[in-house]
Amino acid sequence: MERASFFKDRLLPIGTVVLSLIVLWYVFVVVLNAPFERDTAARAGTTISFSELLPRTMAQERPVLPAPHQVLAELWDTTVNKAITSKRSLVYHAWVTLSATLMGFGMGAVLGILLAIAVVHNRAMDRSLMPWVIASQTIPILAIAPMIIVVLNAVGISGLMPKALISTYLSFFPVVVGMVKGLRSAEQIQLDLMHTYNASASQTFWKLRWPCSMPYLFTSLKVAIAISLVGAIVGELPTGAVAGLGARLLAGSYYGQTVQIWAALFMAAAVAALLVIIVGFAHSLVLKRMGARA
Amino acid sequence: MMSMAPSNTVVSANDLGLTFQTADGPVTALTGVNLNVEKGDFVSFIGPSGCGKTTFLRVIADLEKPTSGTITVNGMTPEEARRQRAYGYVFQAAALYPWRTIEKNIALPLEIMGYSRQDQKARIDRTLDLVNLAGFGKKYPWQLSGGMQQRASIARALAFDADLLLMDEPFGALDEIVRDHLNEQLLKLWAATRKTICFVTHSIPEAVYLSTKIVVMSPRPGRVTDIIESPLPKERPLDIRETPEFLAVAHRVREGLRAGHSYEEHA
Ligand SMILES: Nc1ncnc2c1ncn2[C@@H]1O[C@H](COP(=O)(O)OP(=O)(O)O)[C@@H](O)[C@H]1O
Ligand SMILES: [Mg+2]
Repeated sequence: MERASFFKDRLLPIGTVVLSLIVLWYVFVVVLNAPFERDTAARAGTTISFSELLPRTMAQERPVLPAPHQVLAELWDTTVNKAITSKRSLVYHAWVTLSATLMGFGMGAVLGILLAIAVVHNRAMDRSLMPWVIASQTIPILAIAPMIIVVLNAVGISGLMPKALISTYLSFFPVVVGMVKGLRSAEQIQLDLMHTYNASASQTFWKLRWPCSMPYLFTSLKVAIAISLVGAIVGELPTGAVAGLGARLLAGSYYGQTVQIWAALFMAAAVAALLVIIVGFAHSLVLKRMGARA
Repeated sequence: MMSMAPSNTVVSANDLGLTFQTADGPVTALTGVNLNVEKGDFVSFIGPSGCGKTTFLRVIADLEKPTSGTITVNGMTPEEARRQRAYGYVFQAAALYPWRTIEKNIALPLEIMGYSRQDQKARIDRTLDLVNLAGFGKKYPWQLSGGMQQRASIARALAFDADLLLMDEPFGALDEIVRDHLNEQLLKLWAATRKTICFVTHSIPEAVYLSTKIVVMSPRPGRVTDIIESPLPKERPLDIRETPEFLAVAHRVREGLRAGHSYEEHA
């Protein structure tokens, strides 16, 4: 019964969607890459039949849109067939980006939590801080990322830190918003109870507000970690960094290496999915330890 | 006058009033309340909803500030009494922390008040026994029935050394059978602990069965219409509720409630 419903409820719909996306992808591969083949044939003074054209659209070196199997082959080649310390290994580049992501995420989470605590405990902070927090996110990250990198480079900070700071800049926001809500989610009756015990502010915080906020914290951490990865990749773009997924994307677009771009994109998506799953796992672990219904 | 208030008076309200300022204008929740609660009393507050029962309890607990008149708790202001942890409060809902087991919930006030680990353990065991929940300490609240949760919240209020217990319709959401049983237990518990209890209820039989003193209240504006000293003995089996004495007190309570009602119709 369990298995049947897993198949029916999850595998079947997801599988169907994936399959149709792949079919659609191949259709676009043929449509988008065909003009190049026709031009080549025309230049050589020949014409090309559709059956000749079809396989060629899926085997170009610099296709407009690489076929799924080309991307998979590139992924395989750059992960399994290369030493992970090699500059040609996608695992190496993913790690470079991942380390900046994790560092930025850690700083963003801590910053977000601290700001939320300040906002919740201090009315003046609530009024003066929140507008800035919100304003900070209305500035497009693509506009300020290069400035952050350039300014930090000028004062001698380079490498991991500038990228991590961009991740921090993006990831603290969902944490502040989620945690302000979470720290305020304690019911009035629970707060009254603390008042009857003459509990101090820190006791009320640790014994009531903090545990109340856990579901909110983890929900916002899931958003924050995905957005941290985006921040780290964006941070690698403007300076023409030599390593990282962002660098691979940039190099790929310089040299028209579309297959490399797509491989890097897939790697980034995989890393993001993995990170979100890990946070989700921590979430259920914490809830379980807090006595949630199994 | 001050020397008149002997150390036996736990709560003393003098012409107490509280008016809430709401968006729809002022709401007089309490007006002209004069009441003394003596040590060891079991006082019930009864009246239709909106007559200020909860508000009065919350004033004693320093959860609301009166806007007129005076009130003392153990001879102090409610705030001083609260700071000395003079009372345990049982809310209408059990208000247990869902992430804490039952024993950890009972430990909550003990942790906050700085009782030693050893003392905490002893008090948890004792109060769990007192409310008939021995063996349920390791369960989470959602694993318990509503009645058991409410008993756990009573245990939590009994765990620390407060001589005054404030209970706001603690059994209001429970069915009659469970309620009868808990009433009986509460009387035993009161006799065993010698606490002073202020108890809010909607139910006439509950009020008469439990109390040494019944305060009848009426709404708009919230006020006290009658204070009845119960002639019933301290020892009260459940079937005391069929005796003429019991029915006489119940009758007087009903009259008091009706009087409060007709006042409203004239107003
Ligand atoms: N915090 C508050 N703000 C405004 N009005 C309130 C508040 N608390 C209670 N009231 C009003 O005061 C009156 C008495 O309420 P309450 O003490 O809860 O009555 P009871 O417990 O007897 O049902 C009601 O009219 C209620 O609407
Ligand atoms: Mg009430």
